[in-house]
Amino acid sequence: MNPQNQTASETKAGAPPPEGIASEYLTFTLGSEEYGVDILKVQEIRGYDTVTRIPGAPDFIKGVINLRGTIVPVVDLRLKFQLADVAYNEFTVMIVLNVLDRVVGIVVDGVSDVIQLAAEQIRPAPEFGSTVNAHHIIGLGTIDERMLILLDIEKLVSDRDLQLFEVH
Amino acid sequence: MTIDITRFHQTFFDESFEGLDAMEAALLRLSPDTADAETINVIFRAAHSIKGGSATFGFMAVAEFTHLLETLLDQMRSGQRVTGPVEIDVLLRSVDILRGLLNAARDATDVDTQAVADLSAELQRVLIGPVDGATAENAAAAEPNPEQKTRGWRIRFAPYSGLFASGNDPLRILAELSRLGEMTVQCNAEQLPDLPEANPECSYLSWTIELLGQDISQGDIAEVFAWVEDECDLQVEALVSDAAAAVTESAVPAAIKVEPASRPELQLIEGGRPSEVTPTARPPQPAAGAEIKAAPVRAEGGSIRVATEKIDGLINLVGELVITQAMLQQLAASLDPVQNEKLLNGLALLDRNTRSLQEAVMSTRMLPVDFVFSRFPRVVRDLAGKLGKQARLLMSGEHTELDKSVIERIADPLTHLVRNSLDHGIEPSDQRVAAGKDAVGTIRLSASHQGGNIVIEVADDGRGLDRMRIMAKARERGLSISDTASDDEVWRLIFAPGFSTAEAVTDVSGRGVGMDVVKKNIEALSGSVDITSETGRGSRITIRLPLTLAILDGMSVRVGTEIFIVPLNAVVESLQPQRDQVRTVAHQGQVVRVRSEYVPLVALGELFGIRAAVTEPEKGILVLLEADGRKIAVLVDELVGQQQVVIKSIEANYRRVSGVSGATILGDGRVALIVDIGDVIRRCSMAVAA
Repeated sequence: MNPQNQTASETKAGAPPPEGIASEYLTFTLGSEEYGVDILKVQEIRGYDTVTRIPGAPDFIKGVINLRGTIVPVVDLRLKFQLADVAYNEFTVMIVLNVLDRVVGIVVDGVSDVIQLAAEQIRPAPEFGSTVNAHHIIGLGTIDERMLILLDIEKLVSDRDLQLFEVH
Repeated sequence: MTIDITRFHQTFFDESFEGLDAMEAALLRLSPDTADAETINVIFRAAHSIKGGSATFGFMAVAEFTHLLETLLDQMRSGQRVTGPVEIDVLLRSVDILRGLLNAARDATDVDTQAVADLSAELQRVLIGPVDGATAENAAAAEPNPEQKTRGWRIRFAPYSGLFASGNDPLRILAELSRLGEMTVQCNAEQLPDLPEANPECSYLSWTIELLGQDISQGDIAEVFAWVEDECDLQVEALVSDAAAAVTESAVPAAIKVEPASRPELQLIEGGRPSEVTPTARPPQPAAGAEIKAAPVRAEGGSIRVATEKIDGLINLVGELVITQAMLQQLAASLDPVQNEKLLNGLALLDRNTRSLQEAVMSTRMLPVDFVFSRFPRVVRDLAGKLGKQARLLMSGEHTELDKSVIERIADPLTHLVRNSLDHGIEPSDQRVAAGKDAVGTIRLSASHQGGNIVIEVADDGRGLDRMRIMAKARERGLSISDTASDDEVWRLIFAPGFSTAEAVTDVSGRGVGMDVVKKNIEALSGSVDITSETGRGSRITIRLPLTLAILDGMSVRVGTEIFIVPLNAVVESLQPQRDQVRTVAHQGQVVRVRSEYVPLVALGELFGIRAAVTEPEKGILVLLEADGRKIAVLVDELVGQQQVVIKSIEANYRRVSGVSGATILGDGRVALIVDIGDVIRRCSMAVAA
């Protein structure tokens, strides 16, 4: 085991990076809100295309797609976060994430850019209502006038409510 | 630099288990009194590698036990001991113990120390037991001057220059020797060139070692050098008491004269490379059994060890290729054949090559069924002994190949069937003779290909199934069966959970956890089990399995806009029902009359919650499916076609989906779900029950 790997895996989970060290986030929009996920968890970005529905799955799980031979489930975060206006058109984008050794696609309204955030730019998340669980949020990032909701994608994806994986 | 030795563990365990299998197979080949030297050698070699490996990796329990085993084997190999039934038996049990020890070492679990200690003690007893008289002469010949006291040994050890390349270290060998007794070593550095010219990867030194100690056996020394014996010149001579030494010396003059006592004498061999010197230096007669046995001939398997994930990766990639190819084919169908002739020819070639590639890759996962069959001679032998019955096992078609994952999963069911045959089927010898049969029962194990399936049969010539007893037992357990039931239906009863007709529960069988588990396991592999039996003549159990779990013969059906795959082996027929064929039961469930039978009807669209699916049976198609001995009619919109599909796991990235056993990728790149018939039937009978 090489020591660099170890430190990397120690800092990766949840906690914001130590003071002064910037980490990169992929930002995307859901309705009027702007979100960010750790860029290291992102495998690829692709357009939304035909999905095979899964019987008995909740409606925010759109179904499964064939990603170069692997069967990958697709979650529509807009439905999960109960956004009012959900449309599927040629601009609908899917972010393919590699989380906890699994591959999951999330559908979002659009992908914006990749930004660097230093630890001091990240504020802890206040408590919200029940639909958006504060546990799923690392914190709020500020860059100029923009506010980014930084998602803890591992916690989000392994959440029981999502029914994405077998609950052990 | 330190090497993490644990990464070699897996290889060590793989090889050791293979070695144990080889040992076991060889032991079973050894019939008492006709011990052939080569077979014993095979066993010895396997034991030896396990011992060497386990000592290297620090699995001392394994190493110590193997050491005992090896001592016994060595006596058998050198002809000092006749290979009798007692020896074979104790060796076979040692193989089991070793397997346990290795498992424990691998999984870092506890060892059944009592069992190990017991068998070690037994091995010791066998070892000190009388060496057979008939071979006493042999023993005398092998043991150097038995009446003469051996004072110790003189060893000349001259490694070839390439010794280091094979990973051996003379220092380690010397250190190991020093553990045997008091040792004086002289190093011959004559061959060592000036340092600037010396190749650090070559060995230039040779040693003369005097090892003192009265109870060091030649075997002990041979063992130390076992790993290097074909990479060095080695002479081992007994040092007898001083007076006798002179005699020995004159008996092997050539050797002793060159044998260095001090440096100046060493110059006699100056200029000669060790390999050139030795022919003259080697004593003409292997006095005192001086020459160590020739290096074992490595079996030429011509195979390489590849991680299963790599093969699976390859199979996935080829699956992708097949899909891409099918996609191109579809696109090309719309092209003008005249204008695009070359392109179309190229595509046809691609099609052919892709298919051969797919077949070739699939075959890498195939293993001969021998991998499971090979354990049965042992099973039958042990069990027959325990039950006091006489039985022989005949096997055929061991080379029939099937998927590795299938092989791994049929081992337990098959073992159960074979044990059952022996326990319930084959009668004790006296009964057999009374019935006019051969006193020795026969169990036949055969494998063959039939179409896209492999068929494995376990047949015995025993007493057959007892119809009356099974019926009585079934009634006792509250299973309903009519007196007029066909034999087939009666035989099927033994697959019911908890069913056993054995009068007494033995540790062999009769706990009734068997046949239903067998059936379940086989069905989990999308296979089927059938029984035929004739009272007094024996019974035959036939297992039918798909060749591989990676590919499924499927029927694609459309429901609404979705395509589903139904396993073809479950499909009985499909029909378009008339309105009057479909009836409702209690205003809820629907049944359809197919000839004289009423079959429950379920709409796939309804079950899977698909809108836009046909709901009236007469407008769609009914597919009649059978699984677990039950039938069901499934309503779909349309039959699309029949195709082989590559099974993909949904659970890799998602959870289990009820009613769905997996997924596949269609020619257009879309995902289609594979219907789990067993689950659908269970769900629908639950709905009826509720």
